[in-house]
Amino acid sequence: MREFIDGATAIARGALDAGCTFFAGYPISPATPLLLHMIRELPKCGGVAIQAEDEIASISMCIGAAMTGARALTATSGPGISLYSENIGLAIMGEVPLVIVDAQRMGPATGGATTPGQGDVQFVRWGTSGGYPIIALAPGNVAECYSLTRRAFDLAERFRVPVFLLTDKEMFLSMSTVDLASYEQVEVRPRGLAQALPSDTPGLRAEESFLPYRFDPLDAPPAFSPYGGEHIMRFTGSSHDEHGMLTKDPVKVGRLNEHLRCKIEDHRDEIEAATFDLQEGAHTLFVSYGITSRAMAEAAKTARDAGHAVSALTVQSLWPVPEDAIINALCGPSCHTIIRRVVVAELNLGDFRREAERVIYDWAAHAYRTPPQIVGINRVDGELITPVQFLEQMV
Amino acid sequence: MLHTYRNERSYPFCPGCGHGLILNHLDAALGKLDLDPKRVVIVTDIGCQGLGDQYFTTNAFHGLHGRSIAYATGIKLADPDLKVIVLIGDGGTGIGGAHLLNAARRNIGLTVLVFDNFNFGMTGGEHSVTTPPGGITATTRGGNLERPLDLCATVSVNGASLAWRGTAFDKDLPEVIVRAVRSDGFALLDIWELCTAYYVPNNEFSRRSLETTREALGMQAGVLHREERPEYARALRDAGARASSGAREKPLQPRPLPAQFTSTLDREFRLVIAGSAGGKVRSTARIVGEAGILSGLWAAQQDDYPVTVQTGHSISEVILSPREILFTGVTRPDALVLVSEDGCRMAGRYLRTLTAESSLFITPELAGLETPARKVVFDLEAAGIKGSKKNLGLLMVSAALRKLNLFPMEACEEAIRRGSRGTIADENLAVLAASAMLP
Repeated sequence: MREFIDGATAIARGALDAGCTFFAGYPISPATPLLLHMIRELPKCGGVAIQAEDEIASISMCIGAAMTGARALTATSGPGISLYSENIGLAIMGEVPLVIVDAQRMGPATGGATTPGQGDVQFVRWGTSGGYPIIALAPGNVAECYSLTRRAFDLAERFRVPVFLLTDKEMFLSMSTVDLASYEQVEVRPRGLAQALPSDTPGLRAEESFLPYRFDPLDAPPAFSPYGGEHIMRFTGSSHDEHGMLTKDPVKVGRLNEHLRCKIEDHRDEIEAATFDLQEGAHTLFVSYGITSRAMAEAAKTARDAGHAVSALTVQSLWPVPEDAIINALCGPSCHTIIRRVVVAELNLGDFRREAERVIYDWAAHAYRTPPQIVGINRVDGELITPVQFLEQMV
Repeated sequence: MLHTYRNERSYPFCPGCGHGLILNHLDAALGKLDLDPKRVVIVTDIGCQGLGDQYFTTNAFHGLHGRSIAYATGIKLADPDLKVIVLIGDGGTGIGGAHLLNAARRNIGLTVLVFDNFNFGMTGGEHSVTTPPGGITATTRGGNLERPLDLCATVSVNGASLAWRGTAFDKDLPEVIVRAVRSDGFALLDIWELCTAYYVPNNEFSRRSLETTREALGMQAGVLHREERPEYARALRDAGARASSGAREKPLQPRPLPAQFTSTLDREFRLVIAGSAGGKVRSTARIVGEAGILSGLWAAQQDDYPVTVQTGHSISEVILSPREILFTGVTRPDALVLVSEDGCRMAGRYLRTLTAESSLFITPELAGLETPARKVVFDLEAAGIKGSKKNLGLLMVSAALRKLNLFPMEACEEAIRRGSRGTIADENLAVLAASAMLP
């Protein structure tokens, strides 16, 4: 059985099925349909949805609700991400499980409000001060809009970090035919809840029955207790000790910031995701993501129908970059390095190509290999990259 | 009853600073309220007063400058039974002004204590939204020229439940805090106090000046506003519960379209409908797509329209294919339906690509259009069809589908029945039937 559905509806359904209980958002093209879905549907599931006074309030309310135990979602487009920026840092520092949908539109500034774009790839990674890691997923079709939304909630809960779902105006608003069997039912594992520590635990303050920011081991997210729950809970956006009290102690601050790095970076293998479509004997590897991967798939099919071998890699986790997948794709299905050209296609000036270059050149340097040529297909005129543009770049 | 809600840590504030006084009053109030500390959340943001949550045994949230009211709103919305107390500075009420206004408008159940000492004490004594006229600060060296924000008046006219103005020295402050926390709605206490690091030395300011400044500004002290309105967090939940009480099933579940008809289409077919906003272009395209799926095909639909939704063009691209559709862009349509002048103006990119293999469906006004495509002119007048402009798109597309023979017209009827109810479905079915009259 099939249905006719747009990405926004698939994301809303994915969120509801993931157990989302809180939504705050502010109207912006092209993300508004998700706000409307959640306002209409979330109360039916016992949740709360609100149109906030601005984007800063949207993400602030989500952070407050998430720390009160809610599974929180917000949605905006590039200009709104700009306004989220400072609070993205707060969510990283305070370790807030939060899903942020970015329905990208063409920038800069107001840009093309009803025009697709993919120009927020580097922006979401480096969009707040400090440079600490976040997670960003990019659905490559409408079925993945559903399943990666569920996965975004799972990762947000498990790693207590903001997780971005990067899509674009066309994927979000265009109707596609989806086979119902292709909706992957990703499990959402809840964040780890705090157990009461023995009252004679060294360093435990009188009012405390758990330590809201104890990392044991260092790469594990701290145990959670919601406001109003069984334990007194402290949340802070300042450098803090395990009690959530402000500190400048270099040992504690260094440990905290290393924790924020390694809880993501040391778990890359659990987060990284890409879809391979590799072919023996291919000299060209296409790399793309999101809406552009649709044209890539069409181009690969056209090339193969004409008797030309080609490989294609669809990136699902933009952050962390699926480094092993990129190297594996270079080596082909049977690990013979014959890729001579890597073509990275995206609706921006080369956001992900920078990452592909970094990964491939680094690999080549360490393996004493000549790296393949890396070229970009980049389009910023508001139109989609076409299959023909891919075919023109084949070796 | 707990004797104190203070922990053992001592305050970090400057000698003579009013912050410790206010926090002591808060402690006394919490003692009188006798609340479970696990049911209380103290929300702070940036500024010296923002350190305040660390001296209490309750829950605490310490966020970004000026956003404490927005975090507190999220906490209260998630659990309306929590007692949420915001400690904010006069600086925070300035940068977070939108949150202050809207929290009052909503009447969300927060108690906001403004630690109002007329300047930014943490960053070096810069002026704030409440700096009195003529006040000397690091950024108003010749005296403040901006009118101070009347916080109490602002929240009062915008829907707060309670507004009070006084000073950190007021003996009745614990009672006022008790009253504010007990009141259901949004309560703001504008508590004037001394910043002994900056505002006091820069302005020869004193405890006595708190009163003379207030009088000079014509501002009152005490409870200035009291109003009974529904508390927002509960009201929002109640409204949601009412809206969902009739809900029969889990929302947004799939609406499967079984392949109950058949199609002989053996390749991808691209149809473009170019019309005007309000002309049901997108809903017509959706009917075509769903009819295709009901006939065992795959369908995709991509729309283009200006940001203003009720004027200008509306163009929908529909792709139908016996196999899964990968790329959804249409560069060369197999059929183009020009419904209106708006659509025609924006359809140049499609018109240019038409070949002798393509079909162009138009009204008599456009009959002169030069194109290699097969032109089919729908003359409504000649066919004796009267109908509203708004249904012209569906009419022309239905007539075109009859000629294109992509799938049985019954599939369109079924798509209309499944996709809409009542008068809209009846109207669309009537248009579909009328399209048979076009030659």
